[in-house]
Amino acid sequence: MSLILIIEQTLNGIQFGVMLFLMAAGLTLIFGVMGVINLAHGSLYMIGAFAAAAVAGATGSFLLALAASLVVAAIAGALIELTVMRRLYDRDHLDQVLATFALILIFSEGTRWAFGSFPLFLDIPDALSGPITLPFGVQYPLYRLAIIGIGLVVALGLFALISRTRIGMQIRAGESDREMIGALGVNISVLYTLVFALGAALAGFAGALIGAIQSVQVGMGEPVLILAFVVVVIGGIGSIKGALVGALLVGLTDTLGRFLLPSFFGLFMEPSSAMSVGSSLSSMSIYILMAAVLLFKPTGLYGSA
Amino acid sequence: MKLKTILMAASVAALAHTAQAEGVKVGMITTLSGGGAGLGIDVRDGFMLAIAQSGSTDIEVVIEDDQRKPDVAVQLADRMIQSDKVDILTGIIWSNLAMAVVPSATAQGKFYLSPNAGPSPLAGAGCHPNYFNVAWQNDNLHEAAGAYSNDAGYSNTFILAPNYPAGQDALTGFKRFFEGALAGEIYTKLGQTDYAAEIAQIRASGADSVFFFLPGGMGISFLKQYADSGVDLPLVGPAFSFDQGILQAVGDAALGVMNTSQWNKDIDNAANAAFVTSFQAEYGRLPSLYASQGFDTANLLLSAMAVADVNDADAFRAALEAANFDSVRGDFAFASNHHPIQDIYVREVIKEGDVYTNRIVATGLTDHSNAYVAECSM
Amino acid sequence: MQREQLINATTLLALLAVPLWAWYVDEPFTITLATKVAIFALAGVGLNLALGLGGLVSFGHAAFFGIGGYAMGILASHAQTYTPLASWPFLLEGTKSMPVIWLVAMVMSGLAALAVGALSLRTTGVYFIMITLAFGQMFFYFAISWPAYGGEDGLSIYVRNGFPGLNTLDPIQFFMLCYVLLAVVLFFFARLAKSPFGMALNAARQNDERVQTVGITPYRLRLVAFVISGAVTGLAGALFADLNRFVSPTMLSWQTSGEIMVFIILGGVGRLYGPVIGAGLFIMLEHFLGGLSEFWHVYLGVLLLLVVLFARGGLIGLLAGKEVAHD
Repeated sequence: MSLILIIEQTLNGIQFGVMLFLMAAGLTLIFGVMGVINLAHGSLYMIGAFAAAAVAGATGSFLLALAASLVVAAIAGALIELTVMRRLYDRDHLDQVLATFALILIFSEGTRWAFGSFPLFLDIPDALSGPITLPFGVQYPLYRLAIIGIGLVVALGLFALISRTRIGMQIRAGESDREMIGALGVNISVLYTLVFALGAALAGFAGALIGAIQSVQVGMGEPVLILAFVVVVIGGIGSIKGALVGALLVGLTDTLGRFLLPSFFGLFMEPSSAMSVGSSLSSMSIYILMAAVLLFKPTGLYGSA
Repeated sequence: MKLKTILMAASVAALAHTAQAEGVKVGMITTLSGGGAGLGIDVRDGFMLAIAQSGSTDIEVVIEDDQRKPDVAVQLADRMIQSDKVDILTGIIWSNLAMAVVPSATAQGKFYLSPNAGPSPLAGAGCHPNYFNVAWQNDNLHEAAGAYSNDAGYSNTFILAPNYPAGQDALTGFKRFFEGALAGEIYTKLGQTDYAAEIAQIRASGADSVFFFLPGGMGISFLKQYADSGVDLPLVGPAFSFDQGILQAVGDAALGVMNTSQWNKDIDNAANAAFVTSFQAEYGRLPSLYASQGFDTANLLLSAMAVADVNDADAFRAALEAANFDSVRGDFAFASNHHPIQDIYVREVIKEGDVYTNRIVATGLTDHSNAYVAECSM
Repeated sequence: MQREQLINATTLLALLAVPLWAWYVDEPFTITLATKVAIFALAGVGLNLALGLGGLVSFGHAAFFGIGGYAMGILASHAQTYTPLASWPFLLEGTKSMPVIWLVAMVMSGLAALAVGALSLRTTGVYFIMITLAFGQMFFYFAISWPAYGGEDGLSIYVRNGFPGLNTLDPIQFFMLCYVLLAVVLFFFARLAKSPFGMALNAARQNDERVQTVGITPYRLRLVAFVISGAVTGLAGALFADLNRFVSPTMLSWQTSGEIMVFIILGGVGRLYGPVIGAGLFIMLEHFLGGLSEFWHVYLGVLLLLVVLFARGGLIGLLAGKEVAHD
C-alpha cells in the first residue's frame, strides 16, 4: 500500500465529503431556520442535474449548465416553499415527512415523464478534463480537484453570508427565536422562501457538478439524501460548521473504509471471504460512525440541545 | 400507424406463423416504471413488434409493470395465473425478480420464457422443464469476456463487480475462462455511483487490463470517471454497460471499449436486418440488446404455437425445445437445461454520425453453452 | 366517537366480506389482494403504536418488516433443505411451522428494535426521523451484501409454511389466518391504549416534562413501545414473506418504510383503524391507478399531498369528523 495510493484515496474522500456538504448544508440550513425536514432535497439534486444536462445538450456550455442548475433548482425550491412547505411550518414532523415523500414520488415520475427512462448525458468541460500531476507524483483528475475547490469556496461563502450579511443576521435570529424575528419587522415569509431557494440551489448545484462524472438519472438523489441525513445527524442540526465536518468525516470514512477494510481482513482471512466480509462491513461503516457519535453526543458534534 | 408499413415489409416471415394453433394467453411482467424502466420497455417493444409482425390473432398479451419490486412481481404472477388464466409468463428483467417468480410459476405448470435474466440456480439444480431462457445464462457474457482477454494477450487483469449474486456470478464466470493472473478483485456496493476509490486501486495495482460488470447507471458513472482519471488500461466488460439505451449517456468515454454480447445490430442475417429496420421505423430509435431478446422470445413462442397446442404441455415443450425460429442472432439452439447455445461476440463501441453504437470485431466464444448443464437433472 | 366505531366495524367487516365473496365467485386474486391489505394493515398498526400513540416518527420500520421476513425465509429454507441453522452450541433446526416462525420473527425484530430504539430514542424530533432512516439503510445494505441467504436475489420458499389444522396454500384459509392475527393485534392494542402504559405513553407524547414529574421515565416508556411496535411489524413481515413465498432486501428499503407510513396517513394518524383503511385504500389505488398509467406514482403523490395538506385526519377524519383527531 503505497503513499501515493493513500494520498489519492484521501483526496477522493475529501471530494466525496465536499459534495455531501453541498447537500447537507441546504438541509441543515432549512431545518435550522424553518424547523422543517425536507425529504425532497434529493429531488432538487436530481432537478439540478437534469437541468444542467438539458442546457448542456442544447448549448454545449458547461458554465451555462451550472448556472441553469442553480436557477432551476432555486425556482423549484421556491415553488415548493410557496405551495407546500409554508402550510407545514406549524405541523408536526410527520406531516412534513409525508408531504415531502409525496413530492419525491411526483418529481421522480414526473421527470421520467418529461425526459424518458434513459439516463441523460452530461460531460465535464474540456478545460477541466483529464488528470494532473500533484506533488509526490500523485495523478489526480483535475475535475475532482475543482469540485473540492468549488465546495470549499461555497463553504466559505456560506460562512460569510451567515456571519457578515444582513440576511445572515436574520437567519441566525430566525434560528434562535422564530417569533422574535417577526416582531423585529423582518418579513418572515420572504426570508423563508429565500432560505429554501438557497438550500435548493445548493442541492441542484451539487447535482450538476456530480452529474458530470456520474449518471444523470431518475432516483439519483435519494441515496445522496440519506447520506446527507447521516452527515446532518453527525454534525448537528442547524450547524453549517457541523455539516462541513460531518461531511468530511463521512466522505473519508466511506472512501477509506472501502479500500482499507478488505485489505485489513485479508491479513488473517482467505482473499474471497475477506473481500466479502470487508465489503459488507464497509457498506455499513458510516452508519456505525453515526451510532458511535450518537452514543457520546446525542445532538451531534456541533448541535445544540 | 407506422406498424402497417412494417407489416408489409416483414410479412414474408409472418406468413409462416398464421397457420393454426389454439388461442394463447401470455402474461408479461416487466419493469416499466422507475430506475430500470428502459430495459423493460425495450423487451416489451421488441416482443410486441414480433407479435404484430406475425399478424397472429390467437395470441393475447397481458402486460404489467413490476416496478422492479420482487413482491409486486410475485403478486402479478399470482394474478395472471389465478385470474387472467395465462398459459405462458415472460418479461422479467432482473435475476432477483426471476428467482421470486419462476420457481412457483413453473411449479404451477405454467411455461416461463425468460427474455433476460438467467440466474445460475435456475440453470443448475433449480432447472425446470417449463423454464426456457432465450437470452443467456448470467455467466455467459462474462465467460466470453474472459476468453477474449486471453485472446487479447492480457495476463494481469483487475476485476470488479457489485456485491450481489449477479456480480459474484460475473466474476466467477470471467475467472472460469480467464487464464492470466488477477491484479486485484473488488466487490463494490450495489448502486454505488462514485468509483474514485476503486480507480485509485486500479491505478496502483500494476494491472494490464480491467474487466468490470456494472450494469445501468453504475456503469455510466464508472466509465465517465475512468476516462477522466488518466488511467488508460484497456477495458473489457459485458454488453450491459454498453447498450444502445445508455451509450448516449456515457458519450466519448465509452469509445473503443471492448464488450461481449450475443447480439449486435450488424450481425449479418436477413432476420436481423429486417428486425433492425422495422424496430427503427416503428419506435424511432435503434433497437437494443434487450429489444432483440424480447423479439426472439416472441418468435420462439410463435414458432412453438405454429406446431403445437399450448394445452398439450409435452408437445408444446418439445416445440419450444426445437427452437425452430429465425433468431436475429443467427444460429440458436437450447442446451439440455433450456439455456441458449449461441455465439458470443466481441463488440467495440464506435460513433456513427452522432450516435454511439457498437460493431462486432471478433467472436469471443463459438456455440457456447453454460457451466450448469451437468447440475440440471431433467 | 360513536361514528368512528361504526366506521371501524364496517372496515373490519368489509375486509372480511370482500374475500369471502371472492371465494364464493372463485376470484382467488382478490383474496390475495385482501390478504395483502390485512398484512400491510398489521405492519401499519405496529408502526402506529410508536407513531400515533408515542409520537415517534420512525422512518426505519422497513428494517423490522424485513427482519420478520428473513426470519421466515431463513427458518423455512433450512427446513426445506434439511440443513440445521447451527450445530453449536446446540442444534438449531429450521422449521416450516408458522407459529414458531412468527415467534422467532417477533423476537428477532423486537431485539433489533431494542438496539435501534436504545440509540435513536436518545434523540427526538427530526433527529429521530433521520437516525431511524439511516439505521434502516444499514440493515438494507447488510442484507444486500450478506451472501449467505441470497443477497439481493433474496430467498425463495417453494411451499408456503404450515399451520396446524389448516391448508395454508388455500388462499382463503391463509387470508383468515392473517385476518385473525390482525383482529387480535387490534384488540390487544385497543386495550393497550387504555392501559396505564398507553395513557402514560400518550401523555409523554403531549408533554414530556409533565410525565417526568410524576416519576415515569419517558425514555423507557418509548423504548417499550418501540420494541412492541417493531415486533408487530416484524410479524407482518413474516406473513408478507409467506404470502409471496419469497423474501428479499426490497422489504428493508426506505421506500417500504415510507409506504408503511403512507398507510397510516391515508387512514388517519393516531387512530387504531387508520392503517387498516389506509392499507385498503393504498392497495386499491395501486391496483386501479397502476392499470391506468405507468406513471401512477405521480397521481399517488398528488393524492398523498392533498391528504396531508387538506385532510389531516385521513379518511377516517373525513368520515368521522375532526373532533377526535389526536391533537
